[in-house]
Amino acid sequence: MAKEIPKGKGEMIIEIKHLKKSFGQKEVLKDINLEVHKGENVVVLGKSGEGKSVTIQCIVGMLTPDSGTLKVFGENVPELNEKELKELRMKIGFLFQGAALYDSMTVRENMEFPLTRVLKMKDQHEIDERVNEVLESVGLADAIDKMPSDLSGGMRKRAGLARTLIVNPEIMLYDEPTTGLDPVTSREISKLIMDMQKKYKTTSIIITHDMDCARITADRVVMMKDGEYIAEGTFKDMEHSDNEFVRSYFNKEK
Amino acid sequence: MATQDIELTGWRKWFASIGDQWLFFGRFFRNIFSGGFEWSEFVRQCYEIGYKSMMLVGITSFIMGAVLVLQLRPSLASFGQEGMLPKTLSVSLIREIGPVITALICAGKISSSIGAELGSMKVTEQIDAMEVSGANPIQYLVVTRILAATLMIPLLTIIGDLIGLVGGFFAININDNVSAVLYIHKCIYSIDYSDFLPAFVKTIFFGLAIGFVGCYKGYNSNRGTESVGLSANSAVVTASLWIFVIDAIAVQLTSILFYH
Ligand SMILES: Nc1ncnc2c1ncn2[C@@H]1O[C@H](COP(=O)(O)OP(=O)(O)OP(=O)(O)O)[C@@H](O)[C@H]1O
Ligand SMILES: [Mg+2]
Repeated sequence: MAKEIPKGKGEMIIEIKHLKKSFGQKEVLKDINLEVHKGENVVVLGKSGEGKSVTIQCIVGMLTPDSGTLKVFGENVPELNEKELKELRMKIGFLFQGAALYDSMTVRENMEFPLTRVLKMKDQHEIDERVNEVLESVGLADAIDKMPSDLSGGMRKRAGLARTLIVNPEIMLYDEPTTGLDPVTSREISKLIMDMQKKYKTTSIIITHDMDCARITADRVVMMKDGEYIAEGTFKDMEHSDNEFVRSYFNKEK
Repeated sequence: MATQDIELTGWRKWFASIGDQWLFFGRFFRNIFSGGFEWSEFVRQCYEIGYKSMMLVGITSFIMGAVLVLQLRPSLASFGQEGMLPKTLSVSLIREIGPVITALICAGKISSSIGAELGSMKVTEQIDAMEVSGANPIQYLVVTRILAATLMIPLLTIIGDLIGLVGGFFAININDNVSAVLYIHKCIYSIDYSDFLPAFVKTIFFGLAIGFVGCYKGYNSNRGTESVGLSANSAVVTASLWIFVIDAIAVQLTSILFYH
């Protein structure tokens, strides 16, 4: 069913082949194949509960696939030991569906956490500079001393985004960055994703149900159904796809 | 047949969870010495666990000391041994009642709050986020909490014991007239290291159990918000059970080592 994968220009960053994953009796991922090239934004569409989150959780080694290869920077993730996995994770930013802010810490401490714990930065002046810079770029400079519980949903998403971006990851995995937000804020976040891609040349996988977000951010769209990717192409291609299921997805949201 | 199957899976689950707990303990232990100890978080946890439990431990110990005296007095008085009250009280308080009451109170307060806190961090993916960012949640969250509990429970017990003795002093003076100096003198001379030392060592293990069970249950919560409550609840139950098991082992070891 899957179309010929269009060859990207840059070097290959993520390469997934015949990935399978079940939970008990339930086969969630049946045969996932995906290649992502440097600097590319790939949008993954699919119904709720299809296993989109499971796929990207496999990429960072949170879940171990049952079979198949899953190469990131040429290394097979399921075979990495603890130390190698940690090094890989330092190059990947993961935005959780619920932002996952540390709620016992202020926004500032949330931002400082990856700098001091992961990059082991010591110089407080340099740390402050980076925290201010990243918060400014997501428009949260005023909220720096607030607790996560005092932030609105959109602000939490942006803070979560800032916390993953602060270490300048080479790969960004976005799990539904705009879900639950109003259209205006959604568009702001989508633009932010584009800005980040331009500024830091990050390679991204973006999971979303929001067609607006997909249209703004996608270099390429893949469609997931029943544990496989059934179609892929640019946003325009997909809109005019021969496949009825794919088209219905696009029309419904219009 | 059917019941046998159910029993089998039950046992298998139990053994699997024991294995899991050993692995978790191993991870905790390795991370103590792996460098980058989180001092400021450790101090914060000592404050949360120790300082914030002091009031509760103080009040219960005071009442416990007073009640013990009021309960003991009639029996001792029946053979004219009211003078033995301070000794009886201090020995029973320091060997047994103080450590166990303090530990049980802390199991209720500390294990449950650690279980609920880590459980909710797990459910809202904060622990996953820490791990995925390349940070070490075991070191930051688990090591600090377990070590803080291991350090603070013995200290709380000592404070509890002292306050319990004060409670006993007030209770004695309801019926008899004992001066503070005489009371202190009697208490101190009725206690030797074989009363204090085993009890102290025991409380270190109580603290370890309280911290460990809270962290284990919280860290291994399932997804879904109702599991936060379940983690907190089962942390209290399991920690209390551990306290009695440790107490039973401790009394055996103590009698072998000290009182033969
Ligand atoms: N750790 C896990 N243990 C057991 N089952 C899981 C686990 N993670 C995911 N699943 C199951 O895998 C399936 C796919 O889940 P996943 O979260 O990937 O869906 P999704 O495509 O991201 O959906 P949504 O768009 O709603 O986020 C679900 O049926 C879920 O119950
Ligand atoms: Mg999901």
